[in-house]
Amino acid sequence: MATATQARVSRRDATGRGRPRSGRGGGPTIAVAQAFLVLWAVISILPLLWAVASSLKSDPEIVADPWSLPGSLRWENFARAWETASIGTYFGNTVLVVGGGVVLTLLLSAMAAYVLARFEFRLRSALYYFFIAGMTFPVFMALVPLFFVVQNLGLGNSLTGLVLVYTAYSLPFSVFFLVAFFRTLPEEIAEAAKLDGCGEAAIFFKIMLPMAKPGLISVGIFNFIGQWNQYLIPLVLVNDDSKFVLAQGLANLAVEQGYAGDRSGLFAGLTIAMAPILIVYALLQGRVQAGMTAGALK
Amino acid sequence: MRKTHQRRVIIGFLAAPVLLYTVFVASPYVQAFYIALTDWRGLSAEIGLIGLGNFTELFGDPVFWQALRNNLLLLVTLPIVTIGVGLFLAFMLNAAGGPRSGEIRGVRGAKFYRVVYFFPYVLSIAIIGVLWKNIYNPINGLLNGALRAVGLEEVQPSWLGDERLAFWAVLAVLVWNGIGFYVVLFTAGIKAIPASLLEAAVLDGASRTQVFFRITIPLIWENIRTAAVYLGIAALDAFAVVQIMTGGGPNDSTQVGSFYLYQNAFSYGRFGYASAMGVVLFVVTLALSAFTLRATRKERIEF
Repeated sequence: MATATQARVSRRDATGRGRPRSGRGGGPTIAVAQAFLVLWAVISILPLLWAVASSLKSDPEIVADPWSLPGSLRWENFARAWETASIGTYFGNTVLVVGGGVVLTLLLSAMAAYVLARFEFRLRSALYYFFIAGMTFPVFMALVPLFFVVQNLGLGNSLTGLVLVYTAYSLPFSVFFLVAFFRTLPEEIAEAAKLDGCGEAAIFFKIMLPMAKPGLISVGIFNFIGQWNQYLIPLVLVNDDSKFVLAQGLANLAVEQGYAGDRSGLFAGLTIAMAPILIVYALLQGRVQAGMTAGALK
Repeated sequence: MRKTHQRRVIIGFLAAPVLLYTVFVASPYVQAFYIALTDWRGLSAEIGLIGLGNFTELFGDPVFWQALRNNLLLLVTLPIVTIGVGLFLAFMLNAAGGPRSGEIRGVRGAKFYRVVYFFPYVLSIAIIGVLWKNIYNPINGLLNGALRAVGLEEVQPSWLGDERLAFWAVLAVLVWNGIGFYVVLFTAGIKAIPASLLEAAVLDGASRTQVFFRITIPLIWENIRTAAVYLGIAALDAFAVVQIMTGGGPNDSTQVGSFYLYQNAFSYGRFGYASAMGVVLFVVTLALSAFTLRATRKERIEF
């Protein structure tokens, strides 16, 4: 991945400077291409802007003309969504679950991947395939038994249950990715530390984990977005609405709002739910793209 | 001495992840096969083994067949549309300028477009479902509002409420959601093509269309294959969009396997029947992945 980034940087340097013609001209084909590119950009972004604009309108304004801009900025929609519609609670739950889930996923997948990548033992390749087999099948196939496993362990309707299940379902990809990553790290440093009398645990936490930081960041971003956006698992495992996560609470609100008619509150909720993930993405676009496509580009 | 120490490390590091994974991931998949052979409704402690009864019923269930048909239609249309549009956009972004002096020239603002196209992909599919349900709202949604604004007051489809349109409306949302990811995936492939290859083609008088079909596509075939498999898996799922936007309707026109399974389990309490459905879908997924990988196999072109 590092080399790919380097190549991209050097290419940009080469095109960016000293070549005024680059990116311009090319005749009618380019103009048509540009038109399509702009069109898709508008299609991508307009629905999101519409949600934000509608979140600042009043209900009558929303009903009167979906294309109008807000007459005045009604921030009270956000307060109503946060308090009355419990978006605040859902937000807090999501932060807890995803925080716990990502940390636990990183820790457990790094431990498993480290051993699978760097130790020789009998069950090694069997265990490796056991883990990555989980990448192939959608969750809904195991939905019914999963529901009862979680119930029987007394973890139904609990955020702890969600953390454990999120982590378990994040392991296959994370282990797969990190095993490949640990294999690329040099042996020598760990060997030297071992000769100096360093224990295996110390080598792992003090030497290997810091060296694996770029890989852990990619896996962390991938899982952060995946777990933040999780819908099916909480829908099945949690039905007490004080424990809802954001995506689930919002979908539920959309159904209720159909009757209550608080459309502006719903759009405010939508905006609150979209904002954190779009901000994280806007800040770290390159890394997010790399993290999310990491599996596909292996 | 050294050996036992090493074994302790291996066990110590693997115990927790293997346990968690076995309990919550592996064991449910295995149990699904057993539950599929029962008439279990969840509440009663007694579980009656009914052999293949669920499967017999399933194959006679018209809603299940309708769901499978919709999944198969998605399986064909979703990859074709998404890969088609994604390839077109990626090619325009990266290679439309053609090679000059050893560089593949992209259009101006290529990076900006890639960032914007990726926006829908980072959002939760549930949130996208809620958003698009509102966009499709026949009375005060964005789409019919646009039609009214350009003077088409007569043309006010009810989108998700129209049996002929609902499926395509769902497909459009899935395409909208995924394009950005595939543009990035194909871009990575295109960037890895040596500029000298494209330059040689242009010197030999190849047109842009020829470059696209004869050079770009064969050279990024691996990425296209990956995309096909990912999109196939997405087409067999489609749960959140269907559950939130249409509930499988109208008249089962957007019913899909995942949602029908969910309804049977958690609305009707038919856990055995739902598990049987899971098993069938599992087999279908496996068969289709194997088929896709075989059918699209080509000599890998090294460069």
